[in-house]
Amino acid sequence: MARAVTTQHKTIATAAAWIVALLIFFPILYTIITSFKSEQEAIQGFALIPSGTMESYAEVQAQSGYFKFFLNSVILSVGSTLLAILIAVPAAWSMAFSPTKRTKDILMWMLSTKMMPAVAVLFPIYLIFRDSGLLDSRIGLTVMLMLINLPIVVWMLYTYFREIPGEILEAARMDGASLWNEIIYVLTPMAVPGIASTMLLNIILAWNEAFWTIRLTTTNAAPLTAFISSFSSPQGLFWAKLSAASTLAIAPILIMGWFSQKQLVRGLTFGAVK
Amino acid sequence: MATQQTRSLARFMMAPSVVLLFIWMIVPLVFTIYFSLLQYNPLNPIRDGFVWFANYKLFYSNPAFFAAILNTLTIVVSVLVITVVGGILLAMLLDQPIWGQGIVRILVISPFFVMPPVAALVWKNMIMHPQYGVFADIARFFGAEPIDWFGQHPLTAIILIVAWQWLPFATLILLTSLQSLDGEQKEAAEMDGAGFLSRFIYLTLPHMSRAITVVILIQTIFLLSVYAEILVTTNGGPGYASTNLPFLVYQKALLEFKIGQASAGGVIAVILANIVAFFAMRAVGKNLDK
Repeated sequence: MARAVTTQHKTIATAAAWIVALLIFFPILYTIITSFKSEQEAIQGFALIPSGTMESYAEVQAQSGYFKFFLNSVILSVGSTLLAILIAVPAAWSMAFSPTKRTKDILMWMLSTKMMPAVAVLFPIYLIFRDSGLLDSRIGLTVMLMLINLPIVVWMLYTYFREIPGEILEAARMDGASLWNEIIYVLTPMAVPGIASTMLLNIILAWNEAFWTIRLTTTNAAPLTAFISSFSSPQGLFWAKLSAASTLAIAPILIMGWFSQKQLVRGLTFGAVK
Repeated sequence: MATQQTRSLARFMMAPSVVLLFIWMIVPLVFTIYFSLLQYNPLNPIRDGFVWFANYKLFYSNPAFFAAILNTLTIVVSVLVITVVGGILLAMLLDQPIWGQGIVRILVISPFFVMPPVAALVWKNMIMHPQYGVFADIARFFGAEPIDWFGQHPLTAIILIVAWQWLPFATLILLTSLQSLDGEQKEAAEMDGAGFLSRFIYLTLPHMSRAITVVILIQTIFLLSVYAEILVTTNGGPGYASTNLPFLVYQKALLEFKIGQASAGGVIAVILANIVAFFAMRAVGKNLDK
């Protein structure tokens, strides 16, 4: 009796789920809708059908040079991710394949650096950046974002690498594969999916990082987080333009995020929930 | 058997990560602790000098510090309650057989990918604005007076925004955990005549307990340092009504240039985070043993 799912049950559950989902998604949806309105329409009260004008998008680009910030976001998030992967792969690799008694402690300690509130070290970092001329530079911020996410990258890679069976390596060795062949033909194909997932999640985290990217930049290296924050001033009350800018800022990462749900769960829970 | 050679190779491979993270952890922290014992004002250096713990004593005498700690904890606890309870309910709803589950999941998870400044601005202007916001439209529709969220209930407004950002995360993780619950166990419980409530309490909840722990710990880390949401919406005000510890440290350091006080606030933030971290490490560590 109970187990056979009745159509009625499914209909009710579907309706409830869709209503809740649309409510949660509503602020994003309404932002996208408003971005296709004119400024006049945008403040005329609640309306779900925009006139479809693109003028806000054109204005955002013309006035504040959206594209420059977008490019900075891409450079910073991809750059810091590649750098972190480069540094983390050997570490995660050695921890996964030749663990010692201290491996676990080292992993724990790495994670603990993530617990330090950024704000606590704001001023020293600010000073160091200022005195070494790194303020508002892409290089400085790339290194910064790399350091922030390095523990997560090591952890994620570690949990992925740990699942590669060590016997395969032995088998390859038995068959007379050289170390180089072993790396190219056996290890790399097995490691690539894990590395790709790690990169995906890390790019998302770096893209949305909104403390250092705002505090350590002014114009040159400012990514979209800083760009959007500049809209918070009172004179920036242009709903349609704000919506267009917001849509542009979140669209790329939103789409990437949709594809990375599984990795997200795994990565952010350090493999505790799969 | 690990030979001497492979062991030193392993050490060599780990060195860059370990050294970098060590420097990143220790250098700024030492600076912060040192600064916290100073009176240090780059704009007004006349009275600069070593003051021992005077900056920490301000935590007792200055109401701003006390308010900031209280606000920090209020944000953390409120958002945790909303997202965990809401997340469990939502996860159970999405675990039902429904049409279009893939799309529903995408819609629900989306706010997590919205960068904090955008989330804050969208809520501030499009949703909660007392004149043009959707909430105001709804209030007027029912003939009520629109609420001035950021003027009257600034902390509540910020909690709502932050909860909206983190509810998807909690839901997604709890749903993942729920889906790994053995269907046979559920059926067996049903056969034995266990009602919905007792199945929830004795089967579902214990199964989700680890996921719930992980959600609480990870969110706490991030919630302790909510910053951009406050910067774009209320700027900490009115007064100190929505200033949390990170925001206060930012104000003291980069707006008022009271580096000593700011650093003391930073050290308190580190201590607060470490208390949390202690429990977080134990939970995550336990999982690693398995």
